[in-house]
Amino acid sequence: MQTVESKLVTAGDNRNKAVLELTVNNHPGVMSHICGLFSRRVYNMEGILCMPIDDGRLSRVWIRVTGNGQLEQIAKQLRKLEDVQTVRYHEAEHEVFVQLEDYFRVS
Amino acid sequence: MHKMNGAEVTIRLLERYGIDTIAGIPGGSNLPLYDALSQSGTIRHILARHEQGAGFMAQGMARATGRPAVCFATSGPGATNILTAIADAKLDSIPVICITGQVPQAMIGTDAFQEVDTYGMSIPITKHNFLVRSAKELLTVIPAAFRIATEGRPGPVLIDIPKDVQLESVEFENRPEILPKSILKNYTDEDLRQAAMMINAAERPVLYLGGGIMHSEASSAAINLAEKNALPTTMTLLGLGAMPIDHPLALTMLGMHAARYTNLVMEECDLLVVAGARFDDRATGKIAEFCPGAKVIHIDIDPGEVDKLRTAQVKLVGDVGAILEELLPLVETMKRDKWRARVATLKSEYPFVMPDADNPLMPYGLIRRIAEIVDDDAIIATDVGKHQMWVAQAYPFRRPRQLLTSGGLGTMGFGLPAAIGASLAWPARTVICFSGDGSILMNIQELATAVEQQVNLKVVVLNNTSLGLVRQQQDLFFGKRYFASEYRNHVDFVTIARGFGMQAIDLGESVDPVADLTAAIRREGPCLIHVPIARTEEVYPMVPPGAANIEMIGGEKNADC
Ligand SMILES: Cc1ncc(C[n+]2csc(CCOP(=O)(O)OP(=O)(O)O)c2C)c(N)n1
Repeated sequence: MQTVESKLVTAGDNRNKAVLELTVNNHPGVMSHICGLFSRRVYNMEGILCMPIDDGRLSRVWIRVTGNGQLEQIAKQLRKLEDVQTVRYHEAEHEVFVQLEDYFRVS
Repeated sequence: MHKMNGAEVTIRLLERYGIDTIAGIPGGSNLPLYDALSQSGTIRHILARHEQGAGFMAQGMARATGRPAVCFATSGPGATNILTAIADAKLDSIPVICITGQVPQAMIGTDAFQEVDTYGMSIPITKHNFLVRSAKELLTVIPAAFRIATEGRPGPVLIDIPKDVQLESVEFENRPEILPKSILKNYTDEDLRQAAMMINAAERPVLYLGGGIMHSEASSAAINLAEKNALPTTMTLLGLGAMPIDHPLALTMLGMHAARYTNLVMEECDLLVVAGARFDDRATGKIAEFCPGAKVIHIDIDPGEVDKLRTAQVKLVGDVGAILEELLPLVETMKRDKWRARVATLKSEYPFVMPDADNPLMPYGLIRRIAEIVDDDAIIATDVGKHQMWVAQAYPFRRPRQLLTSGGLGTMGFGLPAAIGASLAWPARTVICFSGDGSILMNIQELATAVEQQVNLKVVVLNNTSLGLVRQQQDLFFGKRYFASEYRNHVDFVTIARGFGMQAIDLGESVDPVADLTAAIRREGPCLIHVPIARTEEVYPMVPPGAANIEMIGGEKNADC
């Protein structure tokens, strides 16, 4: 079995946080599928980014999650979505969100 | 080169997939589909009286056969009406393909007449869904829908087709191929060996079978494993029939309305071999206290179920039937005299008590008597409530797909249309629908469909002039404050059935109830059998919602409750 979480458990303080990188089919409903999964299963999504890749056939989705021990379940449920092709894990400090921090300040 | 419109493509492809019956209701935005359907030489249409009825008829066909089934609804209210049946299919993993009409694409998003966001509303209650944007897309969407509905853990798929897509003409060279299904296999030989080692080493193992056994046609594999290693075997509501209930190794259904001894056996077990089950709270009670001393081997096709609610020591993700077969040569032939003696002791000290089992005018007696009149080929559907639990407890289920019941969603109104669907799929069999006076009213309009189709269906209404299971909870947990659970208006179901053109009898007025019941069930065609039941007939034992399974109320030996 793939144990995506085992790697993160050793990652120190941030083990309940992760950045997920998804490759998904690009169509108008796919974001609803992903966000709907997070809300109906009460998974915690802190941020989400989505842009088309591969001439618009696919999209890349980046999600910052807090897992509370649920990271493995989140990955399993995401993989079950028909439009989700791959799910990869990154450390919570992955630069994709760090670089955006300037755009997310109160003032 | 083939040239046809989107509606024709849809119907041709459904024919190609072997669909011979579609239940539905037409309306403005699926009329092109209906026009194409009218030209089909192989598909018959069953006109339901409410889209929810159509959805449950498709479910009845799918549950009784194991094959995917199709239902149709128009946009707007047609789509919203059918959603309950789709949600029900999702929770019980039933392969239903629901095809809805949608307003033309140019009008989507304008609050057009009968426009609702069917796609958006169906995301959380389907395995997958599609909003089709061109007739050409149908060539890939329909085969994909069949693959998704039946691959791995089955489930419902919804296809929303705008009217302009149904009318758009499309040319294509080759007819699309039937897509192969992939089978997930996520375990190693080492995992299998470890599972077998744990089974062989266990002193008090229990095999716990769920609805996945039906989907994977794994009933004989499960029985073989149980017999070789002498595993006492319990079943969930949807697992009933996986092992004949009179098999020497069979325990009863587990959980909220289990026999006392079954929950006590679970409490003592040191190994749970879970196959095609998902630790539903109605089965486990308070999960933290379920089988406290047991290690777990979890066998399931859905990786998401493993470790979801209970951590498994061995995880075998793949086809349940194949895994059980692979385990068979690895487990030792055992007798387990000590454990089986303990199970027998618990069974005799805490048996399932069935009051009035000989009286056909009492719940258990009625159910047992009907089981004697029909054979094991008969299909038994239920609605939701006390009558459903009485049937689960007392009907001797002996084969997979014998019981059709709404397990996960617990939808009142399921029984009658699901029974009609089952009967359409198996016209030579007798179908019995056990319903309550509350549930039957939720889809009673389908009596018209039953008569129109002349299905061989007997609707047995256990009339306790109340929403019985709700009333029972108020009795036990809300200080007997019966509120909104007792009907003050008493419906004359016999007259109503006759008004639909259906035969009907009232067992309460019968001088010889057994003879009348037998005659009514043996007579071909649809019939309603009305049986008055006291409001105070309760279903016991009962585990209070949220409590541990050993905290059972009622159903003691030598007690009269
Ligand atoms: C659609 C729906 N609404 C409400 C409920 C809640 N509910 C569960 S059992 C029940 C009473 C069922 O009454 P009836 O069909 O007469 O069966 P009985 O319990 O009396 O045998 C109700 C209201 C439900 N399960 N489904």
